[in-house]
Formats: sequence, structure tokens, C-alpha cells
Amino acid sequence: MLKVSGIYKTFNKGTVNEKRALNGVDLELKEGDFVTIIGGNGAGKSTLLNSICGVFPVDRGSIVIDGTDVTRLPEHKRAKFLGRVFQDPMMGTAADMWIEENMSLAYRRGKRRGLKWAITGKERSYYRYMLSQLGLGLENRLSSKVGLLSGGQRQALTLLMAVMQKPKLLLLDEHTAALDPKTAETVLNLSEKFITEGKLTAMMITHNMKDAIAHGNRLIMMHEGRIIYSVEGDEKKALTVDDLLKKFADISGEEFANDRALLN
Amino acid sequence: MLGFLVSMPGAVAQGIIWGIMAIGVYLTFRILDVADLTVDGSMATGGATMVVCMMNGMNAGAAMLIAFAAGCAAGLVTGVFHTKFGIPAILSGILTQLILYSVNLRIMSQSANLPLSVDKYHLLLSLRNLPMAILVGGIFAVVLIALLYWFFGTEMGHSLRATGCNQRMAKANGINTDTNKIIGLVLSNGIVALSGALLSQYQGFADINMGRGAIVIGLAAVIIGEVLLGKIFKNFALKLIASVFGGIIYYIVITLVLRAGLNANDLKMFSALVVAVFLGIPYWRHKLAEKRTVKGAGA
Ligand SMILES: Nc1ncnc2c1ncn2[C@@H]1O[C@H](COP(=O)(O)OP(=O)(O)O)[C@@H](O)[C@H]1O
Ligand SMILES: [Mg+2]
Repeated sequence: MLKVSGIYKTFNKGTVNEKRALNGVDLELKEGDFVTIIGGNGAGKSTLLNSICGVFPVDRGSIVIDGTDVTRLPEHKRAKFLGRVFQDPMMGTAADMWIEENMSLAYRRGKRRGLKWAITGKERSYYRYMLSQLGLGLENRLSSKVGLLSGGQRQALTLLMAVMQKPKLLLLDEHTAALDPKTAETVLNLSEKFITEGKLTAMMITHNMKDAIAHGNRLIMMHEGRIIYSVEGDEKKALTVDDLLKKFADISGEEFANDRALLN
Repeated sequence: MLGFLVSMPGAVAQGIIWGIMAIGVYLTFRILDVADLTVDGSMATGGATMVVCMMNGMNAGAAMLIAFAAGCAAGLVTGVFHTKFGIPAILSGILTQLILYSVNLRIMSQSANLPLSVDKYHLLLSLRNLPMAILVGGIFAVVLIALLYWFFGTEMGHSLRATGCNQRMAKANGINTDTNKIIGLVLSNGIVALSGALLSQYQGFADINMGRGAIVIGLAAVIIGEVLLGKIFKNFALKLIASVFGGIIYYIVITLVLRAGLNANDLKMFSALVVAVFLGIPYWRHKLAEKRTVKGAGA
């Protein structure tokens, strides 16, 4: 479903701020794979996801999604393959537009947008049904401005919008990190539900090692722009947080430098 | 007092014409979140095109259509500068505005002012017949608002709004934000040129400077409309109507202050300062709220 081959990315090349964020990443996902990604701050996790989305071009390597080489496609053209939820809950929705307007935008991801009316009555009842699955009461607020929702509600809505038009690949970048623990759990459970029920292929960055172990069938660890550890199946299920910390120290020769990960 | 009352219909007619221009500004400033300075040039482009088309024997309807198209072309240039040359929106608008100064002179065969007498041509409106001018301007405004209301309810209109509201979200949902910015700038300047075409008929001439400071008048109309009617006018069509009312109120106020003795040459300074203050209000309000929260958190 996804084949990332030898991608490199250096930011601010040739300046004092030069930063090699990806240093030769190879990754292959089969259909239905759900991989969790961990690694310290600045390891290149977000850069990997952003490279797949086309937020910026990579320096070298190729990215193939479901048989289509997207390496040179602009971001908006890759969007038809991808569902995305960002770390910042404000990022994934248009604050000045209504809930149903946001949903109709997402419902047309990858489709031509012409001069047809943007929301039909039939769609509206579908949106209502989809919103009811969030269990947040949003189904009765179709014409509320999204800017009036809480961070958790907005993130849940973004998640729904990302999966409503089934993506080839769902990309979650620390999408619960900015939420309070209880809301974070709700959104994480919803993610699990949508991924399992929709048999989605997904990548989820998290700073919570327990979550990384508990969710998905694969786990990868990144460090200094590389994937330094990859595990799947029963071996992954049997992991503990201590195992992961030890693995990290062994392979990288450093302590795991992510305070938030230790706190959990 | 009587003098003021007598000058009211003229203020209303001009206000409607500039209110149509303000609708164009609303599209870029509020929906696309871009301050587009092209309008100072495209207003005159609309007027110049109108006059020259009529001098060449066209009827007023066809001439206005061409004026609209000329404005659209101006918006296209700014859009391409902004999205394909990577030039910041404000600077792109300034560049096009400068280009238009030369282009407008060319349209008018290098004269700075061309007359369009209502005695010689069959015009849609003129200041000689104010009730008629108000009626024609009003019909134009209503039809335009109805069309825009329809457009912004379509899939394309939604993508344009999303582009102005949250670019990252728009891209993540497969929207080509560059194309949408261009569409918005094209549409906006087309409308501004239409307003210029109406104005040249109303005043009976086109002038190379007729759009100077237009952006300020447009912003003033948008802001006045929002401040006075924002609380009750929530619907999109109503917000556009508010901009037209903003234009009318602006001209009534201007007529008042001129009668009260303001030097006509100080008018532009007066308008610019009013706009600056009104643009500052939300910012100051925000600052004040922030201060309060900080104090609240400290306590
Ligand atoms: N747009 C950018 N411009 C410059 N440097 C960047 C940019 N994005 C990321 N970086 C740098 O690249 C490195 C990897 O960042 P990132 O992928 O965001 O790490 P993380 O694993 O924490 O998500 C960091 O050092 C970061 O500062
Ligand atoms: Mg990150």
C-alpha cells in the first residue's frame, strides 16, 4: 500500500541552520497495516509523514502509494490517497465554516469540485449519522461554526473527516498530544475504531510508548532521521515500555530524550 | 440642513456604486484573507474600458461586460504574481496597480480624462437623474449579491472559503489553494471594475485617478457594515448587503463632514485614519482580553 524508498530531507541546506531531518528512510506497508511510530523530539517522525503528504519535496528517494508514484505530485493531488490528522487541533478544520461545510469539503477529497451545490439533503443525513458515531452530540450541531468547538471536538471531527472518504493511508501525527488525558483517550479509541472497522492502513506517531505498544500490528522507532528499530506481530504485542527504552539505549547509544514519553 | 438633505440622494447613489466595489474588497479581504491593492487600478480600468467601448459605438451592457472582463484580467495578473512568482499578496497588488496605471492610459489613448456625456450616449445611469441612478445601482447590487450567494454555496465556492480560512486544511482535503486564490482575485477585480464602469457613467467621465485610494473606501465600507450590522447580519448574503450599506453610510458621513467644513483635500487622510482606527479595534480588544487573562491567572 505504501513504499517509501531511500528518502532524504535536509532543511535549510547550505545555511548555518542546515538540518538533516531524514537520513535514508525505507518503509513498506501492506494493506491493513497499522504502524505506530515513536522516537525522541526531532527524530524526523513528522518530517516522514509530511514527506508522504507532499508538504515539501524530498531531496532523494521515492514514495509510492498503492502503485502510484507520488514523489513529484503536489500536496493537493496526493490528498486523494491520504487522510490526515495534525497535532494541532486547530489545523485540520476551517474555523469560520460550519460543521457540515467542513464535512462536505472532506467528503469531496480527491474529487472534482464544480458548480454543483456543495451540500445535498442526502449528504446532510449521512453527516449526521457519521457524527453520531463520535458520541459527542455534534450530530445536532451541523450548522455550528467549527471555531466554537473545543479542541477535543475539533480533533474528533478532523479524524472523522479524514476517514469519511476512505483513505489509502491514514496519517496521525501525535493527534492526541494537545488534548487533556480523558479527551485524548476518547480520540484515540475513536481512531482505533475507525481503523479496525474500516480496515484502514494507518501510521500513528505517538509520544506515549504504552499507546504505541497497545495499538497497531507494527511499531517503528526513529532516531536522527532513520528507522532504527522495527517490530511486528506477536513480538510487538509482547513488548514493554522498559524493553523499548532499553532497545533505544542499545541501538542509539543514548538515553531516550523525550520527557513526555517517560512521564507516561 | 436643507442643503444636506438635498445632497442625500447623491450620497446614496455614490454609496451604492462604491458599495459594489466594497463587495469586491470583501471577497479578498474577508474571504480570501488577502489585502489586494490591485483595486486602486482596476477601478479605473473599469471606468476607462467603459468609456472607450461606448465611444466606439458599443451599447452600455456590452461595454460593462468588457469592463468586467478587463478587471478580471487585472486580478489574474495579481494572482499569477502571487502564486506563481511567490510575491507576497500586497506587493503583487501594488505591482499590478502600477502596471494598470500605464495600461489605463493606453486604454484612454494617453489622455488622463475622457468624458462620457449622458447627452451623447445612452447610459444606464447618471447623476442627472438620481432616483434612476439609485434604482439601477440597487438592482446591480442585488443581482450581484444573489449570484455570489449562489457561487459561495457551490463546491467551488466552498473550496475558496476554505482556502482563505485554513490553507493547510484546504490542501489536506485536496484543494488547489493557488488556483482558488487566483479565482478569488479575478472575481474580486472583475466586480471592482464593474463598479468603476458604473461610476464613470454616473459622473459622466473616466479619470486615470478615479480609483486612487479605492482600497481604503472599500475597506471603510466593509468595516462600517460589519460594525453597524454585524450583530444582526450573520448570513453570507446579508454580510454582502452590509458592505453595500457600509458604502452608503460612508458617503453620507463624508457629505456631512464636508458640509461641516472639512477641507475636501483632507478627505483621503480622514478616511484612512478612520479605517486605521477601526482595523485597530479588534486588535486592541484582543490585547485587552489577553491582559485580563494574565491577571486572572496570576491571582
Ligand atoms: N520546516 C522545517 N524547517 C526547518 N527545520 C525543520 C522543519 N521541519 C522540521 N525541521 C527539523 O527537522 C528535525 C526533525 O523534525 P521533526 O520531523 O518535526 O521531528 P519529530 O520526530 O519530533 O516529529 C528537527 O530538528 C526539526 O527542527
Ligand atoms: Mg513531530
